[in-house]
Amino acid sequence: MAEPILRTEALTKTYGERVVTHALRGIDLTLEAGAFCALTGPSGSGKTTLLNLIGLLDQVTDGRILIQGQDTVPLGDDERTALRGHSLGFIFQFHHLLPAFSALENVMLPLLAQHGRPQPWMREKAADLLEQVGLSDRARYKATDLSGGQQQRVAVARALIMDPSLVLADEPTGNLDTQSGEQVLELLRTFNRERGTAFLLVTHDDHVAVHCDRIVHMVDGLVDSDTRKA
Amino acid sequence: MPFELFVALRYLKDGRLQTGLILAGIGVGVGVIIFLSALITGLQQSIIERTLGSQAHVVVRPPEEMPRVLDREASDLQAVDVQRPPQRVRSIVGWKQVEGLLWRTTGVRAVAPTVSGPALAVRGPGSISVSIRGIDLETYSAIVDVRSRLVEGGFNLDGSHAVVGKELARKLGVGVGGRIRLQVPGDRGGVYTVSGIFDYRSRSLNEGLVFISLRGAQTLFGLEGGVSTLEVLGTEIFAADALAGDISDRTGLVADSWMSQNRDLMTGLRSQSASSVMIQVFVILAVALGIASVLAVSVVQKAKEIGILRATGTRSASITRIFLLQGALLGTAGSLLGIALGSFLAIFFASLAKNPDGSAVFPVALTPFLYGRSVAVALVVGLISAVVPARSAARLDPATVIRNG
Repeated sequence: MAEPILRTEALTKTYGERVVTHALRGIDLTLEAGAFCALTGPSGSGKTTLLNLIGLLDQVTDGRILIQGQDTVPLGDDERTALRGHSLGFIFQFHHLLPAFSALENVMLPLLAQHGRPQPWMREKAADLLEQVGLSDRARYKATDLSGGQQQRVAVARALIMDPSLVLADEPTGNLDTQSGEQVLELLRTFNRERGTAFLLVTHDDHVAVHCDRIVHMVDGLVDSDTRKA
Repeated sequence: MPFELFVALRYLKDGRLQTGLILAGIGVGVGVIIFLSALITGLQQSIIERTLGSQAHVVVRPPEEMPRVLDREASDLQAVDVQRPPQRVRSIVGWKQVEGLLWRTTGVRAVAPTVSGPALAVRGPGSISVSIRGIDLETYSAIVDVRSRLVEGGFNLDGSHAVVGKELARKLGVGVGGRIRLQVPGDRGGVYTVSGIFDYRSRSLNEGLVFISLRGAQTLFGLEGGVSTLEVLGTEIFAADALAGDISDRTGLVADSWMSQNRDLMTGLRSQSASSVMIQVFVILAVALGIASVLAVSVVQKAKEIGILRATGTRSASITRIFLLQGALLGTAGSLLGIALGSFLAIFFASLAKNPDGSAVFPVALTPFLYGRSVAVALVVGLISAVVPARSAARLDPATVIRNG
């Protein structure tokens, strides 16, 4: 059997020293290549904490996170950043584009950060992705001049520019109207099918969840249920 | 263009108002430094040039004559009142050897033997006390460019010719071709024809200095073959004190530097420099705090963006560099503005007041060194000011700032 893209083993996360909050109480989660998985649960159930840990943005308290078979817990800051840059893509609820840069530049930024200097092929790749998300005519627009749905589509393109094997999305449609949300979700699904990119979507929205092949439901820092569609 | 520079430039461009204001602040600060430095350096150079335009860096002369007290053992008689003998013009013993020694001393560029002594310049019923300087025109010109001071006649010291200052000429009512009598102590004297008139731009020198030939002065003061002073030009103006000390140690003679003869001037110059340095230090401090505060605000404003950059694969070292570059760019661009402003102010100020000969009353010294130093200081200050904001930016926790901003 092929190595899963992501495996967490007995993952725990606590906050605070005097008053200890247990955000995660031992999560075992495996995600195969090409998965399209929803992470649901009530507020405070630990969804975003889990996403940040998997995204190597936060340090685990105990347990292991393996990304493509590599144990990430012992890695230093620069190694985590490099692995994040290569293997993971992020989509945030509030788009989080950099307002000083154009749509095209926002999409290119992860490539620039990785390679240090701009090359013509980076621009071409970013333009190509913008075309795939239907925004080739908005490439030169500043992020602030785009609508919410357009910004989120730019964020999707940015998340995919490094050809990551796993994209982590935190409420990707949470801040969009129904139509824009539908478009973005459709886009994610298309990339999942065409490129085989795995997606882990944190969501409150049942509508988003039903689009997914698998729904992991969390309650109080534990996996409550793990449902796969037939 | 490197990634960090690309982001740094974009952030500066994006925050136009902040960038513009801090650039103006740095520009004014550097402009003040340029203006002050140019003005003070220019004034000091002008003062030093005027001072050294008429005197040697070091003047070597024999030690003063001291009373010789009889040895107690040799006589029962004891002097009850020991008086210093009156000083007279004396020759340096073995001056040829001393001159050779001076030429071999490091830091010496030229040596000129001269005879200097007091005299009375007389014409008819008028008389003025003067100082006679017996020189060999060729060797002395290497020390002080006397020819350039000539305003009338020629610098001819042959035979019984003398060159006098314009004030003396005016007071004695003598012109080129006129005659004066130079009377020295001991009833010696001679009649000299005025061949030229000089202007040292100093009333006392124009009134009290008379040049005659070295040989003529030797005869006048009864020092046939001797010289009373050796005048020295050093390689470094401000090393004159050290050079004088060295010469004094090596020859046992008295060596006075221009600095020791102009103590008040030196004190004035030093306090002027010190106050200028103080002003510059405080201006630099204000500029540094300005840059640091602008960047610190920028880090807070852009916290979420920094988190996004980190999440999308930007190393913390790159974040540090982005903010250090902003500091360096602000410093460099601000200093260029400051150079333009300071130079304009300095040139404008210098053009306000002119001497009758067209030279500036307040001369300014705008040098490539001053420009280079200003850019270097602003660059370093920009970098240093950016260190704290840059480190705080690099230390931001991406998960926290993405969630909370």
